[in-house]
Amino acid sequence: MNPANYLILAALLFTIGTAGVLVRRNAIVVFMSIELMLNASNLTLVTFSRLHGTLDGQIMAFFVMVVAAAEVVIGLAIILSIFRTRRSASVDDVNLLKY
Amino acid sequence: MSASLLAQTEKITPPSIEYSSLSPLLIVFVVALIGVLVDAFAQREARRVIQPVLAAGGFIAAFVAVAVLHGRHALLAANAVAIDAPALFMQGTILVFALLSVLLVAERQLDSAGGAIVASAAITPGPKGSTAARTSADMQTEAYPLMVFSVTGMMLFVASNNLLVMFVALEILSLPLYLLAGLARRRRLLSQEAAMKYFLLGAFSSAFFLYGLAFAYGYAGSVELGKIATAVGTTGRTDAYLYLAVGLIAVGLFFKIGAVPFHSWTPDVYQGSPTPVTAFMAAGTKVAAFGAILRVFYIAFGPLRWDWRPVLWTVAILTMVVGAVLALTQRDIKRMLAYSAIAHAGFLLVGLAGTNTDGLRGAMFYLVTYGFTTIAAFAVISLVRTSDGEASDLSQWRGLGRTSPLLAGVFSFLLMALAGIPLTSGFTGKFAVFQAAIEGDATPLVVVALVCSAIAAFFYVRVIVLMFFSEPLADGPVVITRPTLTFATAGIGTLATLVLGVAPQPLLDLANTAASSGFVR
Repeated sequence: MNPANYLILAALLFTIGTAGVLVRRNAIVVFMSIELMLNASNLTLVTFSRLHGTLDGQIMAFFVMVVAAAEVVIGLAIILSIFRTRRSASVDDVNLLKY
Repeated sequence: MSASLLAQTEKITPPSIEYSSLSPLLIVFVVALIGVLVDAFAQREARRVIQPVLAAGGFIAAFVAVAVLHGRHALLAANAVAIDAPALFMQGTILVFALLSVLLVAERQLDSAGGAIVASAAITPGPKGSTAARTSADMQTEAYPLMVFSVTGMMLFVASNNLLVMFVALEILSLPLYLLAGLARRRRLLSQEAAMKYFLLGAFSSAFFLYGLAFAYGYAGSVELGKIATAVGTTGRTDAYLYLAVGLIAVGLFFKIGAVPFHSWTPDVYQGSPTPVTAFMAAGTKVAAFGAILRVFYIAFGPLRWDWRPVLWTVAILTMVVGAVLALTQRDIKRMLAYSAIAHAGFLLVGLAGTNTDGLRGAMFYLVTYGFTTIAAFAVISLVRTSDGEASDLSQWRGLGRTSPLLAGVFSFLLMALAGIPLTSGFTGKFAVFQAAIEGDATPLVVVALVCSAIAAFFYVRVIVLMFFSEPLADGPVVITRPTLTFATAGIGTLATLVLGVAPQPLLDLANTAASSGFVR
């Protein structure tokens, strides 16, 4: 199979992730969409690694996974603390700061 | 293919790491780790003394290491980290700003309940939380190691010669800041909201940066900045990858400096965060992000400058106009300074638009002047208080010039520096970037910048008029006059603003030397 197809798949996943961040209302789902974007980037890296015949891209994907794991810890902590205060994880409810 | 890959893996030799040249980074990183240990093992009261001393000591030691390293011009750690004059200049700047911010965080005299940082991040605001936890004078001392980790990220961010290292540094600098934004003692709901907004938008933008990194790798077969530059036009791969890389990486970096249209987080986060953290973020992140932007655009995408210049012009104009115009309508003083920060990001981009060595020099000088002024301004803001925390609403500042002329005078001076009035550092900074832009054939941009400076001057002067020419409120805010650490920060910042305005030459020479020795490739 032509490896370039994986680039198209990754672009689709990245677009779905972006759209998810922009339209979804639940902070957890928004966060999952961001993770989808990171994973789409990983797929792109691995595909290019295969196309170039070098291992660099695969190693970079490992770095990204570690960073994403750290990001999950921070993100869930913040979302959880907001949920305990407001009993809601909707991004529309955090609307005190404006104008 | 697998055979060829195997043959390749056998040839890998571990890179030699020159620890001495990386010492500023390593010192700060080790101090952060020790800080975590101190938090785990020291007594509660002891922590509040040990942590700030440790952090400040680490910053001073790292600054000395930066000073010792001056003149180094080398790629280290398998070409991942570049230690050159601009990187060292910006690392030193970040360390000075971090030191000033630590003094603000360590402040305990201002609030009857303790410092600006909450007793425990897990406290639920409102009637549901336990009263004892809310009124405790304690402090979440993890704030110090978090700050030091963030400084590590900033220092690596300005010195990374590799997009992957840059991405990791971006996360090291951002993740602690997301948490710090949510640690305010007063107005917990606003603080938590700021943390969530900053986190979601920050993670969103770093995903763009990462996707851009993937395309840069796809185009050049490497994420080293120098190799990307040499690959431009010489690889047989489609240019679409390259343009996607430039665009997506620019989105990630523009978000960090708060350039329009990626600025929407800035006012909310500046307003909601604890004021010491806002000061740290405003000064430190701006230096770090501009350091990275300069490096990426001057080295990796340098050969493409005729392609990205129009985009940069558009973003710079939008940033200046939106920042200056929206600041006019603000009623919260921290929010107003946030929009002013956006406008200043625009002025800095004007310097970058010249794409010459002078632009580099001007931007570095401007970052120093802006950082000192903005930290001092936030320090002054934290001195004006009502019973429920800082008096951040502009109407409460009415007549402050009559009740406490010294504070109002200092704040007016800082506002004039932000507006760019002569004899303040704001003027010399603006002069340096605008001069560079004119020499780089970006004169129309300078005209727009001057118009925006005039608009911006209006809202700075409005605050000065409000302070000096209106009647004080009967139940106005209290200005804290006890000599405190905040006084020291405000004093140093104001003094630097004055000195850099009257005698900017030594620092300009330093910036000039750094800029003309250039980036190591």
